[in-house]
Amino acid sequence: MRTALIVLRKDLRLELRTLETVPAMVLFSLVTFVIFHFGLNQNTISGQLAAGVLTATLLFAAMLGVNRLFVAEREQGGFDAFLLAPVDRSAMLLAKATALFLFLAALEVVAVPAFGLFLLGPSLGPALPGLIVVLALADLALAVIGTLVSAIAVHTRARDLIGPMIGLPLLIPALIATARATGPLLAAQHAASAPPGRWLLILALYDVVFALLAYAVFDFLLED
Amino acid sequence: MVDEPPAIELRGLSRYFGERTALRDVSLALPAGATLAVLGRNGAGKSTLLRILAALLRPHAGDVLVLGEPLPRRAFAVRGRLGLLGHEPLLYRELTGRENLRYHAGLHRVEAERVEEVLRAVQMERRADDPVRLLSRGMVQRLAVARAVLHRPRVLLLDEPRANLDPAASELVEPLIGRSSGVTRVLTSHDPRAALAESDLVLALKDGRSIYLGEPAGLRDGQLRELYS
Repeated sequence: MRTALIVLRKDLRLELRTLETVPAMVLFSLVTFVIFHFGLNQNTISGQLAAGVLTATLLFAAMLGVNRLFVAEREQGGFDAFLLAPVDRSAMLLAKATALFLFLAALEVVAVPAFGLFLLGPSLGPALPGLIVVLALADLALAVIGTLVSAIAVHTRARDLIGPMIGLPLLIPALIATARATGPLLAAQHAASAPPGRWLLILALYDVVFALLAYAVFDFLLED
Repeated sequence: MVDEPPAIELRGLSRYFGERTALRDVSLALPAGATLAVLGRNGAGKSTLLRILAALLRPHAGDVLVLGEPLPRRAFAVRGRLGLLGHEPLLYRELTGRENLRYHAGLHRVEAERVEEVLRAVQMERRADDPVRLLSRGMVQRLAVARAVLHRPRVLLLDEPRANLDPAASELVEPLIGRSSGVTRVLTSHDPRAALAESDLVLALKDGRSIYLGEPAGLRDGQLRELYS
């Protein structure tokens, strides 16, 4: 845990100094909302359509963060430095997944209100507590799977392609569960006050399974 | 008196990259506190050997023992007791020198005072709060030296350690990575005569094969010319 905190602190400091990842994710989301606004030719959307637009936008924005997650480690020798130290390798997984989770949370702090302002018909306020729970579970899935995929992709020449090509199919179940859990919260009429428990359970289960899988294989991904 | 085991022992070490042989059947024993100079042209296998000794690459055949521990099986027991100074400084360009060293100190559980101690030793205290990307190559190399010795390693793996260092800086880092450091060293150098002058044992590699292993004095000029021809 201590090592993970050291790596996480370094990653957050690097992001604060370079502003390479989160601003790009935010900008991508805002542009995508504008594209949906004109592409759907609707002033406002609600219900399952709104949930789908929000979820897909956040997923694609997350892939930008996934692609950049290990770039500094690869290009500036961070992997070697970490592997030379007497530390548990899974600390890198924990640190990177936490960093990605925080990047996603920062993205959503801007992107979700912007979505509510530009596209969403019903008021965002009543849906917000439920939405925060759903997005927290979705971010966990994105963070764990994103870290796993990024660690695989960074060792390949076509890493910008490999990340989305492996990551997106793996994330489809999480995408479905997130959209289905979010839809009732964003309904124009008779909106639910809480997300459906079934989809939350599926998301949580997905998080646990992939967290265990990532923990089991991550050491091997750092090997030469 | 009990004989101390070699700090580094290789038996029939081989490593391949696809079809290409990087190292073939290399064997040696380096006593603790001694210096091994690894000579050879670019691509002879010198850096590969250092990365295997640092437990960053797996050998494909043979035995590798560092500080008595077989690699890669017991790599965790050796990590933290090795210092690697390679072609890359292993420093984040956007972080300052001090931030980089504090990060490494955290990973190696080294006390914060040691960071200031090594910064002073390489005379980088005044530029320690500048981002690494703003420093000259010589300054970056001095920081890399500080990073490599930060955790007081027992074995130093030095790949062209004086690259980018002027004579004054080279003299400055001598107590840290030179012969007077007293630690076991494996070094490569673009200047074979300088490497021979500070070594106890020489391994000459050609296309991954050992063509000479012995004392520096035993390496004839003709062999040296052939090595770099």
